[in-house]
Amino acid sequence: MKNLKEEVLKTLNDILPEHDFTLDVNFIKEGMIDSFDLVLLVSELDKKFGISIDGENIVPENFSSLNQMVELLINNGAGK
Amino acid sequence: MNLTFKNKEITGILTVLPSKEVRFEDEMENYPFSVETSLKLKTIMGFEKRRIVEDGVCASDLCIFGLSYLFDNKLLNKEDIDALILVTQTPDYIVPPTSNVIQGRFGLKEDMICMDINQGCTGFVLGLMQAFLLLDQESIHKVVLMNADVLSRKVSRKDRNSNPLIGDGASITIVERSEINNMIYANIKMDGKRAFAIHIPAGGARKPSCPETAIVEMDDIGNMRSQDNLVMKGDEVFMFAQKDVPPMIVSLLDFSNQTKDMVDYFMFHQPNKFMLNKLADKLGIPRDKMPSNVVENLGNSSGVSIPISMTYNLGNRLINERLNLCLAGFGAGLNWASMILEVGNLNFNGMIFF
Repeated sequence: MKNLKEEVLKTLNDILPEHDFTLDVNFIKEGMIDSFDLVLLVSELDKKFGISIDGENIVPENFSSLNQMVELLINNGAGK
Repeated sequence: MNLTFKNKEITGILTVLPSKEVRFEDEMENYPFSVETSLKLKTIMGFEKRRIVEDGVCASDLCIFGLSYLFDNKLLNKEDIDALILVTQTPDYIVPPTSNVIQGRFGLKEDMICMDINQGCTGFVLGLMQAFLLLDQESIHKVVLMNADVLSRKVSRKDRNSNPLIGDGASITIVERSEINNMIYANIKMDGKRAFAIHIPAGGARKPSCPETAIVEMDDIGNMRSQDNLVMKGDEVFMFAQKDVPPMIVSLLDFSNQTKDMVDYFMFHQPNKFMLNKLADKLGIPRDKMPSNVVENLGNSSGVSIPISMTYNLGNRLINERLNLCLAGFGAGLNWASMILEVGNLNFNGMIFF
């Protein structure tokens, strides 16, 4: 879990270095991640964890926080 | 809605692509991305290059060019055409039907049917359905199905949702009764409640184009477009494709009593590479059985993308052998349709450039 969170944070920092994703805020509502960022993020996470996140799960609410993203990854088979 | 068709087949496909090629890297400055982000998106989404028409070129120009090629090369006889279907979202005129304009241009016989159908990305599958239905009439032996769109003319150059992907093109598909005792399985669904997920606000009777509708404004994510331009709500369309297309394919396979392994290729409409790869993964279909290279190299030409993929990817194979194909189109409407049919031993299957 901790490793997953760290990996997600590292991926976010690589893709969107202009934002601080350690903040306890809703990343979507704060405008830190838009739909094209989601595409980049999903693509990187798929590659990093050797999974394919279900297209139906690629909705903004699943990317609103680090914990949401970790849950999304676990539900899509990461860390098994 | 499940549909079946018997003893019908495609006997030839010709696709017509514009000679003008636009490269994403030459347009990157139009979009509010960093260069690094743009280059990453290029690979993931398939923003590479696309074919678009020059200013003033219409859908009928591409169709006439293609039909002339077929007549000149004796691949099609004018007098054999009993029906001319044109599926397009970009007709030359509101009145008359563009199919009639094409009929008149070639002086085709009066004893025939001309029909324009306003459909987008579902247009090839729906056009085939219409062609098969017409062929149930005793007096109709040969249907020429034309799919053509010049949507680049309706897309703002500064709309990152649509412009990096949009392509133009036309296809001419000959559809006839088959002597092979074959069975074609199809299904189609439509949901007008989501009609405005893809639309052009102005230009019809509801809101005629005028100087005000041509004013370019910025939307909430930085796209610049006017009301005369195509609007595609990317998130909504992506979710539609991921949610509604896979069950349609599962249902069609079940209806046709076939498994995924029995299908040689899944020739899907190609909106963007990311969306197609996600669909392939979700359906458990190897990505090489669902080509996504048309949008990358030629652009998303709406209802023309499936026949382009059939000529671009399967070329001579569809002349020399028969393949079991699953076609699927999904888009404006919102509509989604699929079809499993054998295609092969075609009289021609090629591409020409306008």
